[in-house]
Amino acid sequence: MDEKDRILLQLLEENCRTPLSELAVLAEMSEQDVKDRIGRLEAAGAIRRYGAVVDWERAGDGNVAAVIELKVSPERDFGYDRIAERISRFPQVRSLRLMTGAYDLQLLVTGPSMHEIARFVSEQIAPMDRIRETATHIIMKTYKENGTTFAEREEVERLPYSF
Amino acid sequence: MRDFVSKRARAIPPSGIRKFFDIAQTMEDVISLGVGEPDFVTPWCVCEASIYSIEQGSTAYTSNKGTPQLRAAISRYLDTRFNTRYDPEAEIIVTCGVSEAADIAIRAVTDPGDEILVAEPCYVSYNPCVSLAGGTPVPVLCRAADEFRLTADALAESITPKTKALIANFPNNPTGGVMEKGDWHAIADLLVDHDLLLISDEVYAELTYDGEHFSPARIPELRERTITLNGFSKAFAMTGWRIGYLCAPPEITAAALKIHQYVALCAPVMGQIAAYEALRIGEDEKDAMVREYRLRRNLFVDGLNKLGLVCHVPKGAFYAFPSVESTGMTDVEFAEGLLREQHVAVVPGSALGPSGAGHVRCAYAVSRDDLKEALSRMGAFLESIK
Ligand SMILES: Cc1ncc(COP(=O)(O)O)c(C=O)c1O
Repeated sequence: MDEKDRILLQLLEENCRTPLSELAVLAEMSEQDVKDRIGRLEAAGAIRRYGAVVDWERAGDGNVAAVIELKVSPERDFGYDRIAERISRFPQVRSLRLMTGAYDLQLLVTGPSMHEIARFVSEQIAPMDRIRETATHIIMKTYKENGTTFAEREEVERLPYSF
Repeated sequence: MRDFVSKRARAIPPSGIRKFFDIAQTMEDVISLGVGEPDFVTPWCVCEASIYSIEQGSTAYTSNKGTPQLRAAISRYLDTRFNTRYDPEAEIIVTCGVSEAADIAIRAVTDPGDEILVAEPCYVSYNPCVSLAGGTPVPVLCRAADEFRLTADALAESITPKTKALIANFPNNPTGGVMEKGDWHAIADLLVDHDLLLISDEVYAELTYDGEHFSPARIPELRERTITLNGFSKAFAMTGWRIGYLCAPPEITAAALKIHQYVALCAPVMGQIAAYEALRIGEDEKDAMVREYRLRRNLFVDGLNKLGLVCHVPKGAFYAFPSVESTGMTDVEFAEGLLREQHVAVVPGSALGPSGAGHVRCAYAVSRDDLKEALSRMGAFLESIK
């Protein structure tokens, strides 16, 4: 990855609907170069997917989200990878990470209600082999997601002119 | 009662943008490209440190020349960033912004009758400061054809036996023009031959997009005859903190310090602590802001040229300085029409020196969305006057 790739990735991460022509002007290259580079970044898996950052609460969706911590006994030869692979297949699991510290896997799970999430954890996750312990934390409020602040701050008044 | 206002104060011309200011105040939805300051808030790491210091009770005067920590940090920063070496004890004064630094630099070297050359178009404060110091400001014109560089020819034309100093600001407000190494070398000989001092306002040094900023004090023959001015307002989005600095050989620094200690005593301590933090941990956020300005420049200058408002690509600062000649209007007419009709605020170039006439200054230190909206309004304005 070079500086130009970095600029393109940042611009796409910020707004993946930016037209090619605008990306070309911003990144100081031709549209064809932009196309080629994005193609390469997609093929290399640096760009996983194009999506929106949604504030579901504000959108009026009553979904609940929880962070779930799992203590897991790793498998000989595979470590955590196989169990992580199984867990990641559940659509309720929005993200999944292996962590250092007091627990091993961290899941972000969404569901229509607290009750549904609790049931998912107790019926689907906890009984899996090698899961030693689970802890479920319901998310109460999101202040910032993927670099985007959700709360609105009051704009500071600036002068219209100054030299 | 007699008229108490001094002749010197009365002689300062009124601001060329007052009228525009008043018009803009009556409007709700102005997109302002008229402000010469970053739209970013100061990096949070910097604010946080300053808040903490206030909680700890750091609210007193500091040493006249600024805290030793900040001066040492500035000295290291100038060395690593711009290859200029200044002794933090004898050659650096922390000031209330570059505004104060420019004033005390000018006053430290100007005698009545001295002619001080000012590379124009430029920031508005130099000329009044020279006049208040009893000197005579003499414009040296930088031209669009030279991408607004200062050329040896233009400089040579303006030098007289009374000339004492040259004030230059690169990267430049309002043109975005820069001076590269070779450009400065071309001028160095003239300055030395005529035994002139250089006051170099480098407040936009960090905002250099193509290539590296070249500080004229790097040229050994100029180092001893240069006052370098710089500050935190633009690079670190810290306009409200009021911190700048002056660097010069010891004798000149000592003279400037005498003025500074009586007019300012010291720069605000909260600002000095914030500035220290900016140098210590603010680099990444500064770099991110500079990258964003560059994207905005690309977007905006491309848009201007597509509209037929011819604009060279500014290599520094955050100003585009397009020509409005193609509209058949003067810069003042254009700026006023655009504000009245489309609620977009720009500064007429002639307010920043005669060689700025026919151009308008657009500060692109606003969001890309606002720049797009401004461009579309400018397009509508150009349609309406066809
Ligand atoms: C060229 C130039 N010098 C100095 C200043 C003032 O800077 P400060 O905020 O450090 O006083 C400005 C502000 O617009 C400027 O454009």
